[in-house]
Amino acid sequence: MYDAVYPFLIEPFAKMWTDMPLFFAETVISGVMAGVMYSLVALGFVLIYKASGIFNFAQGVLALFAALTLTGIMDNFGAPGWLAIILTVAIMFGLAWLIQKLVFNHLINQEPIILFMATLGLAYFLEGAGDIMWGSDVKVVNLGIPQGASQWLLDGPGLYVEKLEIVAAVTAAILVTALTIFFQKTRIGRALRAVADDHQAAMSVGISLEKIWIVVWAVAGLVALVAGIMWGTKSGVQFSLSLIALKALPVLILGGFTSVPGAIVGGLIIGVGEKIAEVYWGPALGGAIENWFAYMLALAFLLFRPQGLFGEKIIERV
Amino acid sequence: MTQTASSPAPETAAASPLLKVNNIEVIYDHVILVLKGVSLDVPEGGITALLGANGAGKTTTLKAVSNLLRAERGDVTKGSIEFKGDRIDHLSANELVKRGCIQVMEGRHCFEHLTIEENLLTGAFTRRDGSSAINHDLDMVYGYFPRLRERRTSLAGYTSGGEQQMCAIGRALMSRPTMILLDEPSMGLAPQLVEEIFEIVKKLNEDEGVSFLLAEQNTNVALRYAKYGYILENGRVVMDGVAAELRENEDVKEFYLGVAGEDRKSFRNVKAYKRRKRWLA
Repeated sequence: MYDAVYPFLIEPFAKMWTDMPLFFAETVISGVMAGVMYSLVALGFVLIYKASGIFNFAQGVLALFAALTLTGIMDNFGAPGWLAIILTVAIMFGLAWLIQKLVFNHLINQEPIILFMATLGLAYFLEGAGDIMWGSDVKVVNLGIPQGASQWLLDGPGLYVEKLEIVAAVTAAILVTALTIFFQKTRIGRALRAVADDHQAAMSVGISLEKIWIVVWAVAGLVALVAGIMWGTKSGVQFSLSLIALKALPVLILGGFTSVPGAIVGGLIIGVGEKIAEVYWGPALGGAIENWFAYMLALAFLLFRPQGLFGEKIIERV
Repeated sequence: MTQTASSPAPETAAASPLLKVNNIEVIYDHVILVLKGVSLDVPEGGITALLGANGAGKTTTLKAVSNLLRAERGDVTKGSIEFKGDRIDHLSANELVKRGCIQVMEGRHCFEHLTIEENLLTGAFTRRDGSSAINHDLDMVYGYFPRLRERRTSLAGYTSGGEQQMCAIGRALMSRPTMILLDEPSMGLAPQLVEEIFEIVKKLNEDEGVSFLLAEQNTNVALRYAKYGYILENGRVVMDGVAAELRENEDVKEFYLGVAGEDRKSFRNVKAYKRRKRWLA
C-alpha cells in the first residue's frame, strides 16, 4: 500500500522540498493569497447564512455590484478613491435596507428553498441593474493598490510574491479581526449571534429580527465591496466576477456554512490545495486540475464530514 | 364561587387590570381555530395561573399576548388585548418588551452558543439607559440566581435544565419588565427544582413588583403560588377563581390535581360534567 502511494503522494513533495524549496514556498504563498480571496467571498455567505438561514446566491453578484458602483462613481464623476469608497459603502447599506424591506420582509416563515430562489432572482436583478447603471465594459479599479512583484521579497530571499496579494491578505486579516470584535463585544453583535441561535427566543426578548437582518446584509455588502475591490484590481471589474461565488461553494463546504473562521481556513485550504495539486499532480493527471480540484475536495468532505471542519458544534447534554 | 368564563371581573382584579384579554380568537394557518373566545385579567402585582392539559391553548394564549404568534402563522382574529390600558394586539414583540411585557418561552430557549452572561445581556437589548444601569440589574439577577453567577462563563447549551430555566427567567428580568408571561417553567425539572423556581417567582413578585401570567400543567404547584387561576380546555376558559378556592373545588381536584373524593365518581357523572361545561362555555 505504502509503496503504491509513495511515488504519487509523497515523493513529489519530498523532492521539491529538498530540491527547490523556494519554488515550493512560492507555490504555497500564491495558494494562500488566492485562498484569502476566496475567503473574502465565502465570508459574506457565512454571515447571512448564520443569521438568517438564507443561502445567499447573490453574494458574488453583490461583490460585482459593489465593484461596478465603485468604479462607476470614480470614472463618471471623477471622485477620489476615498470618497468613492464611502459613497459605495453608503449605497451597499441602502441596498441592504431595500433588500430586507422589499424582498425578505414579504417572505417571513417561508421555506429555505423559496428564500434561496429569491436570492437567485436578486442576483439577476443586481447584475442587470449594474449593467444599466454603469455599462458592461471591463473596468479598471484605480485605488492605487500596488501591483506587480514585491521587490523587497524578490531581492531578499528571492521569492516572487504579488504586492496585491499581500494587500489582500492584510485587508482580509483586518476585516476578520474587526468582524470578530463586532460579533463578540458589541450589543448588536451579541444580538446577531442570538438571532443565529434561536429566532423565536430572540424575538421574545425584544430583538427585532428585521433590524438584525438589515445589519447582516449591510455587513455582507461591506465584505462584498472588499472582495470586489480585490478581485477587480486583480483581473478587472467584469461580469464574470459574479462567478467567483461558485468558487466560494467548496470553501463553504470545507469550512462549514456557519463558521467565520471556517470560511477563512476553508479558503486557505482550497487556495493552497489547488495550487499544489496543479503543480505536483497536474502533470500526472494531464494538467488543468486547478479548475476542478476544489470541487473534488468538497465532494470528499460531503461524504465524510458534511458539517465541514468548523460547522456548528452540535451541543448535546448527556 | 365563580365558575364560568362569562363571570364578572374577579374581586382580586383592581378597577383596571394590568393585562386584559377580551374574548380573543386565534387561528393558525388561516384554518385551524385554536382559541375560541378566551378572556382573562391579570391584576397589577398578581400571579395568575393559566391551567389546562396539553393542547388546551395555554401557550397560544401567551403568544397571542406577547405577539410571537405571527412567527408561527397564527393570528388573533377576534377580540382585544389591553396592556396598561392600551390596545397591544398589533404591536410587535419588540415594542411590547419595551413597554414592559416579556415572555419566557416554553422549553427555555436559551441561546445555546452564548455564555450565560451573554444570554442575560441579550435581555437588555431594548434598553437605552446605559451600561451602569444594566450592570446593576445583572447583579440583581445574580442575586436572585446565585447559581447563574457561578456559571456565567459557560455556554448556556452546556448548563443543566434548571440553570437554563433560571437563565431564561433572568434574561427576561434584564428587560426590567412589569409583567412576565411564564410558559411552563416546571417542564422537565425535578420537583425540588420546580419548588426552587416557584419560590423565586414569588420573591420577584413581592420584591420587584413583577406581575406574572403563568401557564402550567403542574396544577398543584401553580395553584399554591398563584393568586388567581383560569382553567382552559379546548381553547375555552371553562372555570376560573381565586387559587385557594380552585384548589378546594371538587372538579379541579378530580381532573387536575388527581385527588379523588371519598367515593369515585361514576362515568355518568363525568359525562354530565362535560356537558354542563360545554354549555357554560
